[in-house]
Amino acid sequence: MTTADVEIVGQDKGPAPEEEQPAGLFGLLHRAAADIRSGNLGILPIVLALVFIVVFFSFEATNFFTAENFGNIIIQMAGTTMLAYGVVFVLLLGEIDLSISYVAGIGALAVAELQRPGTGHPGLSGLIAMPIAIVICALIGSAQGSIVAKIGVPSFVVTLAGFLIWQGVIVYRLAVPGSIIIQDRWINYTGSYYFSHVAGWLIAALVAGVYAATVLGGVIGKVRAGLPVQDRWAIAVKIAAVALGSFGIVAICNSASVQGTPLGLPLAAVIIVLFLVVLTFLAKRTTFGRHVYAVGGNAEAARRAGINVPRIRVLVFMISSVMAAIGGIILAANVNSVDTNFGGGTLLLDAISAAVIGGTSLFGGRGEVRNAFIGGAVIATVSNGLNTANYNPGTIYIVTGSILLLAVTLDTVARRLQVRSGR
Amino acid sequence: MTETPLLELRGINKSFGSVQALTDVDFEVGRGEVMALVGDNGAGKSTLVKCVAGTHAPDSGEILFDGAEVHIHTPRDAAQLGIEVVYQDLALCDNLDVVQNMYLGREAHDRFQRLKEPIMEQRTAETMKSLAVTTIKSIRQPVATLSGGQRQSVAVARAVMWNSKLVILDEPTAALGVAQTEQVLALVRRLAEQGLSVVIISHNLHDVFETAHRITVLRLGRNVGVFQRDKTTQQEVVQAITAGVPTKVSGIPATATAPV
Repeated sequence: MTTADVEIVGQDKGPAPEEEQPAGLFGLLHRAAADIRSGNLGILPIVLALVFIVVFFSFEATNFFTAENFGNIIIQMAGTTMLAYGVVFVLLLGEIDLSISYVAGIGALAVAELQRPGTGHPGLSGLIAMPIAIVICALIGSAQGSIVAKIGVPSFVVTLAGFLIWQGVIVYRLAVPGSIIIQDRWINYTGSYYFSHVAGWLIAALVAGVYAATVLGGVIGKVRAGLPVQDRWAIAVKIAAVALGSFGIVAICNSASVQGTPLGLPLAAVIIVLFLVVLTFLAKRTTFGRHVYAVGGNAEAARRAGINVPRIRVLVFMISSVMAAIGGIILAANVNSVDTNFGGGTLLLDAISAAVIGGTSLFGGRGEVRNAFIGGAVIATVSNGLNTANYNPGTIYIVTGSILLLAVTLDTVARRLQVRSGR
Repeated sequence: MTETPLLELRGINKSFGSVQALTDVDFEVGRGEVMALVGDNGAGKSTLVKCVAGTHAPDSGEILFDGAEVHIHTPRDAAQLGIEVVYQDLALCDNLDVVQNMYLGREAHDRFQRLKEPIMEQRTAETMKSLAVTTIKSIRQPVATLSGGQRQSVAVARAVMWNSKLVILDEPTAALGVAQTEQVLALVRRLAEQGLSVVIISHNLHDVFETAHRITVLRLGRNVGVFQRDKTTQQEVVQAITAGVPTKVSGIPATATAPV
């Protein structure tokens, strides 16, 4: 099959239009500029915002722009980002899950209980406790999702009830001891393990290599099928950026040390990237992910196309609760304990904000897992920066709220321009 | 017609609560035939189609496909028989691109449920080409960016791609301009030339007379006549739509004899 056989007249990715546009790096910038003019901003504004935030706090606080603090930010963003990954899937459906912060609490409470030595028996290893906690939360998600999908109760109500109920369970259980200390090393590793320098480099090489292989594999598949391929400069830039990013992050982490003890790449960073990759694959490259986008875009169309819409909804609420459990375990590991306040505060709204700041629509059908990654980084950086610069804690909420409003307003305005430019 | 029709409905009844939407309706479509289904608002056209599409189950009556009785409970059952419906509101996902919509719910995948994008893109391009749909710039652009005629073309192409035997079009030209309507009607004729059977539901008798071989008229949930396109006039059909009475004699399907 040659390209000519399947090419559609005027297809804009085909070889023909390339002649009209400047080739090479300049062409890439040219197209990016065209995208921006037509309102297709993508993640550009929020990445620029993140750069601005980093520069700002570097001047505000002397101990912000350090290798040690970089590792801190990674560990601080891990828990919330896990929750936000789950939120992206729920928002893709056009639903909402308000229960995640206390489902995270249930996950944390479950591991804490399971690892706690009882009278006459030792506690379970974290390696067993964590999967059990995740399964418990998956069942919670399945129950909440079934009420939404099969009975038709609005997700806002179901998960608001979940918010209260799971909070109640946590407060009820911890009313007497007040808190449970987590001593299991496996659980605590999620918040405090650092890889050795060599392991860090190997991980960076692995990430860069696997990414390059995946992208090139996709390109080869397209070429074999005689289909138009994305501009090769764009591919090269992407691969180079991922390689640079992963080696850069490891380089910074490896140069950090606390009181003479060298640190390294935190395990939390690997968890963040691992779930980013796995969930992006799930959303973009599997039939399930495609169906999630379809249901979010037009549920009736999805149903008529033979997609089992209730099943997709239930599975998405399960993903949401499972990611909450994982996030909850990491957050508990950060403080080595679970107490009655766990899951409270701004955790829920931070997680939803992270997904939305990154560009995920609240109305379904539009968003990507990486949005939560970038949003999580922004929120953690702002909060960390304001803390290190000794601002009043109130400032954190005000600034985070303003960023949320600004990001979504910008996206909305851009989208309007997009409609007007007929795209 | 001596050979068995591709699709034959006998004595279909369907009610919603106290509303009798269809009463004892017979309907048939031959092979390679364009059958128009016309009637005023509320005549039961959409309900009849939904009974064939697996969206509604008829209360009573038989559906024969290829001469054998079939039971269609879900849209998937209909698709398996080779029946595809293009709804008035198109049932496309605006946020997905053309290829993704073409394969909606039937994505090509391997045993790990991984999508096979190259195959899907390739076959979409081929289908578009075979139907001479040339106005769409890229099959990787979201459907939200397409014009009404282009969206209709995507919806029809999707129905055709699945080796379907019968394509049902619900008001395919209702929202289109003159040139776009002509494109879609040409597409309908091309489908019939390729041996597909087509049911076209329309309010627009001009469109019907441009494409259909025969015309079935529904009125108040009853079949009030089947007309040969070349042996009738628009006036006659309009009269049946507005004032037709059922001609059906028990057990014998209504025939081409025009009611007076």
